[in-house]
Amino acid sequence: MDFTLSKEHEMARALFKEFAEKEVKPLAQEVDETEVFPRATVEKMAKLGFLGIPVPKEYGGQGCDPLTYAMCVEELSKVCGTTGVIVSAHTSLCCDPIMTYGTEEQKQKYLVPLAKGEKLGAFGLTEPGAGTDAQGQQTKAVLDGDEWVLNGSKCFITNGKEADVYVIFAITGTVEKRGRMQKEISAFIVEKGTPGFTFGTKEKKMGIRGSSTYELIFTDCRIPKDNMLGQQGKGFNIAMHTLDGGRIGIASQALGLAEGALENTIAYVKERKQFGRAIGAFQNTQFQLADMATKVEAAQLLVYKAAMAKATQKVYSVEAAKAKLYAAEVAMEVTTKAVQLHGGYGYIREYDVERMMRDAKITEIYEGTSEVQRMVISGALLK
Amino acid sequence: MKIVVCVKQVPDTAGGVKFNPDGTLDRGAMLTIMNPDDKAGLEAALRLKDQYGAEVTVVTMGLPKAEEVLREAMAMGADKGVLVTDRVLGGADTWATSTTIAGAIRNLDYDLIITGRQAIDGDTAQVGPQISEHLDIPVISYAQDIKIEGDSVIVERQYEDRYHVVKAKMPCLITALSELNEPRYMTPGGIFDAYKQEITVWGRADLKDVDDANLGLKGSPTKIAKASDKVRKGAGEKVSLDPDESVSYIVDKLKVKHVI
Amino acid sequence: MNLEEYKGVYVFAQQVDNEISSIAFELLGKAKDLAKDLNTEVTAVLIGSGIKGLADQLAEYGADKVIVVDDPELKDYRTEPYAHALASVINKYKPEIMLVGATAIGRDLGPRVSARVATGLTADCTVLEIGDFPLQPTPGQEQLHNQLLMTRPAFGGNTIATIACPYNRPQMATVRAGVMQKITPIKGAKANVEEFNPGFTPDNKYVEILDIVKAVSNTVDIMDAKILVSGGRGVGSPENFKILEDLAEVLGGTVSCSRAVVDSGWKPKDLQVGQTGKTVRPNVYFAIGISGAIQHVAGMEESDIIVAINKDADAPIFDVADYGVVGDLNKIVPKLTEALKAEIAAAKG
Repeated sequence: MDFTLSKEHEMARALFKEFAEKEVKPLAQEVDETEVFPRATVEKMAKLGFLGIPVPKEYGGQGCDPLTYAMCVEELSKVCGTTGVIVSAHTSLCCDPIMTYGTEEQKQKYLVPLAKGEKLGAFGLTEPGAGTDAQGQQTKAVLDGDEWVLNGSKCFITNGKEADVYVIFAITGTVEKRGRMQKEISAFIVEKGTPGFTFGTKEKKMGIRGSSTYELIFTDCRIPKDNMLGQQGKGFNIAMHTLDGGRIGIASQALGLAEGALENTIAYVKERKQFGRAIGAFQNTQFQLADMATKVEAAQLLVYKAAMAKATQKVYSVEAAKAKLYAAEVAMEVTTKAVQLHGGYGYIREYDVERMMRDAKITEIYEGTSEVQRMVISGALLK
Repeated sequence: MKIVVCVKQVPDTAGGVKFNPDGTLDRGAMLTIMNPDDKAGLEAALRLKDQYGAEVTVVTMGLPKAEEVLREAMAMGADKGVLVTDRVLGGADTWATSTTIAGAIRNLDYDLIITGRQAIDGDTAQVGPQISEHLDIPVISYAQDIKIEGDSVIVERQYEDRYHVVKAKMPCLITALSELNEPRYMTPGGIFDAYKQEITVWGRADLKDVDDANLGLKGSPTKIAKASDKVRKGAGEKVSLDPDESVSYIVDKLKVKHVI
Repeated sequence: MNLEEYKGVYVFAQQVDNEISSIAFELLGKAKDLAKDLNTEVTAVLIGSGIKGLADQLAEYGADKVIVVDDPELKDYRTEPYAHALASVINKYKPEIMLVGATAIGRDLGPRVSARVATGLTADCTVLEIGDFPLQPTPGQEQLHNQLLMTRPAFGGNTIATIACPYNRPQMATVRAGVMQKITPIKGAKANVEEFNPGFTPDNKYVEILDIVKAVSNTVDIMDAKILVSGGRGVGSPENFKILEDLAEVLGGTVSCSRAVVDSGWKPKDLQVGQTGKTVRPNVYFAIGISGAIQHVAGMEESDIIVAINKDADAPIFDVADYGVVGDLNKIVPKLTEALKAEIAAAKG
């Protein structure tokens, strides 16, 4: 087993790091403070192909592996959690299902501009009454001639309103499963601007405040029949499989936040003096840092393993769940400790760790809470 | 149009500097980057490629590790890479370096050669003009703008208090300032493609029309008598006074030092 | 190459618009010291069109002899005719040392000429002296005397190297403006002038100058400035640079800045000091609201005097500053400007 990255991956990391330092970091505080979506950054990333990293070249992407993509989200999140999740939601939750389940026509029409970054993507599964329990869906789609008619709403949608293309899940009927009637869920591609598709309120969040989180509302929203993604009734599988990939993206985001907080803290404890010496000279600080660094590296290994599993395995739910569970909890722990080591300065907005701690919390919640990840992992153990 | 861009892998001076026992630099021990002026030269070439269509070949001389800057250049959009590396070329000063690179470029077709003005490790600004001399072509140093017009280049050549708009027939050599442009980033896919491409590796035997007497440490007219880490002068005084006292303090010091 | 044939210390006497550049006088000052150590003469090489009349000025600043290459092809600086002129002078007169200013002209002309006459060239020297090579007697290697030892910083000032050119002649060096001292001019000194024209036949290397655009004052090269008033992110806003500009004006200095300022779009990149900007070596460097990241320090620590003003007492800039003042730049800088104004007025009055 060899844990060294290839030269290509090393160079890609250098690229993401340079971009993050030069283009993203200077805006991170402002993006958080003003809660304004960093459109200009997204456009820069689009130009460089960051919005289609794992998409094959024939569909306008960069043709790189999931590890390269994970490293991109990681490096962006090191300096700005908001920017990390924008890329993650776009790539994992919108490009990926269209790439996996889309027809050739759908790929040409939607995936190509998404991968080139000409369009931004989002994903709508969660509903007010259906978070962890995806079966609780209420949004319905009814076939009327050549069109599906959508009614219902989705909430907490990342890239909401900013995105142009949405992968939406809705009930298209009921099926009998093991003697019980269950909702039949299907996936659709919905374009912004479709009549009947509107946006509700913008959420005011604790962290990742520059990412645009909206409610999506469908009122007799008619979409072409051809915009069904995958087979009718396969929506639940599509959603779950998509989230497996999404969790690798979020795990990368969590990892980046933890790394960013650790780097900031190392720099701080070398400079900050108390009782006449740098606080890094105190053993408490040193041991805390040692624990933080060890956990960060363990998280990185899990995240990279999951990314490699996505490249080589058909099913990687457990790897993704472990990576996300661990990276998210490490992110929360490390950012919290980072704030503590910064003392009073860690609690004020001038210091990045304050934002990183707020940003980290969501990684334990979205795209499957830590509890859901534990269900996935233990479910596989006890199968 | 065919453009040759010369780039150098240089130590990232932020990472500290290390020496061999003979006073030459231990390049292997330092973190490296593409020299900033060279990167601007590459960007200029890539813009000419975007605008007029061109084949861009990147040439570097260095340790085998210098292959990395060629990959980087190709990931930015260069078409080909040539690495000139050989033990006998080591320890070269600017004369021997320019002799070597000219010997490599003689094997290539070119209309335009672009080099950076200077490298951040040596800061000499000599290799570009010296290559042009060895190849007997015109040189335009310190380019702040480059245009193509037929078989000529039109360059804004920077001086301290002015610039000349200079026209030269190709082939010619231009040295680029880092102020010339903001170099593009690589693309992720470009990086992976760059590593799939072949890089041409040339040694001493591949150099055209060069004399052994002009290569490497032996062929370098300049010799290092002594090299060392600069002794940092360290902190001077530091005072914390109210604004008026601070002002008097500075004024007094400037008087003592005969600045005013 | 018979090294013994090469005699004398030569200076390329740069002129622009038929006005001798200050660097030429500075080089003459140094050349005089070197010539004294070598017991030889100082010769200035004056190249241009209609410039014979300038020769006596060079004598006033220490030239024993002036070789004048005067030809219409040499009106404005172009690499080829100038390189031809200087290389021809070297081939004919065989100087042992040839000094050139590290200016935008000299840093183009020097390398081209050194390649043509097949000798070494050491760039941007800060110290020139006569000594032995190797510095210490070394077994198995002849120690040569009366060599030009050229000391220069490299790696953005991180290293310093002393270089010799023992087996080739001339020993060529370029020197940055402001490093060497000119002598007090000897009024009325007359040069021993020798005219020389190697003949100029235009070929493809004679580039065509289509236009000459003289820059307005805002493009002062910060590398040439004697006094730099440099601002960092701590200045707070592009508008607030006004207080730095006022200070610079009083001292006849120039404003420069840190990378953070350029990244924020407050100032253009050509004013940036540091590893990715310019390396500067002014007499006085004011670091105002600059924290002093290593990349910045690499570009300015060679300055003769560094004055830092920063509100953060722990800012790393204080580790390199000669005079560090912990305090609010908004309060100190305007008062400093006023105080200096008064001092200068008093000195003049």
